[in-house]
Amino acid sequence: MLTTLLSGDFPRSRALSVLLLLVLVGLALAPFLVHGARALNVAATICIFVVLVASYDLQLGYTGIVSFAHTMFYGIGAYGVGIALHAMGPGWGPVALGTAAALAISLVLALVIGLFSLRVRAIFYAMITLAVAAAFAVLASQLSDITGGEDGRSFKVPEILQPSFRLMDGEILGRAIDGRVVTYYLVFASALALFLLMLRIVNSPFGRVLQAIRENDFRAEALGYRTVVYRTLANCLGALVATLAGVLMALWLRYVGPKTTLSFEVMTDILLMVVIGGMGTLYGAVVGSALFILAQNYLQALMGQASEALSGVPFLSQLFHPDRWLLWLGVLFVLSVYFFPTGIVGKLRAGALARSQKSP
Amino acid sequence: MNTTTSPAAAAGAPVDAALPKVRVDYLPLLLVPVMALVMLPLVGSFPTWVTLTFAGLAMGMMIFIMASGLTLIFGLMDVLNFGHGAFVSVGAFTATFVLLPMKGWMEADSALMNLAVVGLAILLAMLVTGLLGWAFERIIIRPVYGLHLKQILITMGGMIVAEQLIHVIWGAEQIPLPLPETFRGAFILGDAAVEKYRLIAVAVGLTVFLTMFLVLNRTKVGLLIRAGVENGEMVEALGYRIRRLFVGVFMAGSALAGLGGVMWGLYKETLTAAIGGETTVLVFIVIIIGGLGSVGGCFIGALLVALTANYAGFLAPKVALVSDILLMVAVLLWRPRGLYPVAKR
Repeated sequence: MLTTLLSGDFPRSRALSVLLLLVLVGLALAPFLVHGARALNVAATICIFVVLVASYDLQLGYTGIVSFAHTMFYGIGAYGVGIALHAMGPGWGPVALGTAAALAISLVLALVIGLFSLRVRAIFYAMITLAVAAAFAVLASQLSDITGGEDGRSFKVPEILQPSFRLMDGEILGRAIDGRVVTYYLVFASALALFLLMLRIVNSPFGRVLQAIRENDFRAEALGYRTVVYRTLANCLGALVATLAGVLMALWLRYVGPKTTLSFEVMTDILLMVVIGGMGTLYGAVVGSALFILAQNYLQALMGQASEALSGVPFLSQLFHPDRWLLWLGVLFVLSVYFFPTGIVGKLRAGALARSQKSP
Repeated sequence: MNTTTSPAAAAGAPVDAALPKVRVDYLPLLLVPVMALVMLPLVGSFPTWVTLTFAGLAMGMMIFIMASGLTLIFGLMDVLNFGHGAFVSVGAFTATFVLLPMKGWMEADSALMNLAVVGLAILLAMLVTGLLGWAFERIIIRPVYGLHLKQILITMGGMIVAEQLIHVIWGAEQIPLPLPETFRGAFILGDAAVEKYRLIAVAVGLTVFLTMFLVLNRTKVGLLIRAGVENGEMVEALGYRIRRLFVGVFMAGSALAGLGGVMWGLYKETLTAAIGGETTVLVFIVIIIGGLGSVGGCFIGALLVALTANYAGFLAPKVALVSDILLMVAVLLWRPRGLYPVAKR
């Protein structure tokens, strides 16, 4: 049963299994373990980013193509639902319509970009996605009649997801079962399903071909696999899953705007999560996004304190200012690409492998 | 179609026969004048057209200055520096060290003093970015030669760090960067107004292009660089240290990015740390259009992108938002590897 669920891809390290279980249980019980809107928001963000980062890993870690347009697909999903709900009022019809439209747009865009650039070189693809994503972000903020411009759009979600909705009277473990909890579980269940689906994909024969292309595309081509087709398929799959992650984010936040979905900062966040968690394994996405988002929400406050403590020192207090959070992440990123290219998951697995070989 | 001479054809010819004449691919050269002429009836009024065209040329020259280093680095070293934009912003911000304290000279109504202070700023910016390029090559890029995936990630990380360090050093606020007194205003040619600074930008851009062209085609270093682009291993086998060439080209390319940054900052008259990111996208589009690694293609690409942006901004402002992308798609449909594809890349 577990083998089917995980598609035979076990964590293969005790520490990693514990870590993953911790994340899973924590997220599954989050509404009852922690209180307050902020903590629940952190948990939901982790769920969504696990999906988003895993879909990015499908491209970067498994197929070896670097895309800077992942936030674009994420944004398309969020905007699709957001615009549909804003224009047509709350209801499940607009959600379905928005999702379908967003998926269609993402698919076409991913196909076109892929066919244009993936046949030439991986580096070409990185550049072209960067340019297209930048143009898309500009479009989204300029076409304010449709997208709401820089302010974005706030909208009402279907009734069952609204905070004022009560699923039942009374409380469970001190938390009223309101629309937020329902939304949270919708997000959580969708994220879990999407994650398991991706796990299935990467452990299928198709996924093996992707890894072969990553390792040596020339040889994969010589073995008779059309690398362009496989790369494009991986690209489209990643884009579609990212779109769905965007849909979830829009439903959770009840708001879409360029800053939360399309900005380049989101892209760098994704990159960092993939690299820190571990490229080429979907569990890396789980570990990476959980650690990263927790740190982002709670470490930044710590940096603020450090900055205040250093307020007498001119340069250092600037260095530790909470807004310079990205500086330290950037340094961490560069260092981890050099010394830690397999990320946390890779290290844990290598450690477990070494131990098991020592004592057979 | 690829009409540049193929090395195989040249190698196959008998030794004593004269080498086949290099066929020059003229078609892309025609693109810029043809585009300008086609736009003339669409724009309608001749003076407006002159202004627009000149604005486009000036912007194109500045983009070329920034992009040329990147394309050369890519051609020679097979390194695509996603952090190139960082050099642009560092150059522009370094210039403020000279431009802001010497405000008196900037505001003086003397072309000589203005030129001196801007020249000093440019010199300092190029020096700093050149040195930074040297360090960047050493620390960031050297360990990842030949590994494209890591290069992209690492240089992107370098870009993030550099952008944040700019925030730390210069603060997060915009810095106003007014043009020197004598650079302001416009010449009136007939009914058309041509801004003085744009004229200067065109002059600087042409100088850089010509210098680069002469260095690459008329000097021994240029010969080695071109040979390195063609076949680096062979250059090394002939006893030249290609690593030194790499470092030199990387420094020069970074310094050019710094120069471009100063020009761009003065053109926009304000500085924000986002300048690096903005220009990176433009520069990438330009070198994709030109063909990765080709300096000539980069020049034409820069002019095309800038002209399109200016014409589109005038004719259909909404289209101007994506005009670069549309232009890139059109060019790639015609020549999938850019205007002047470099032989092996």
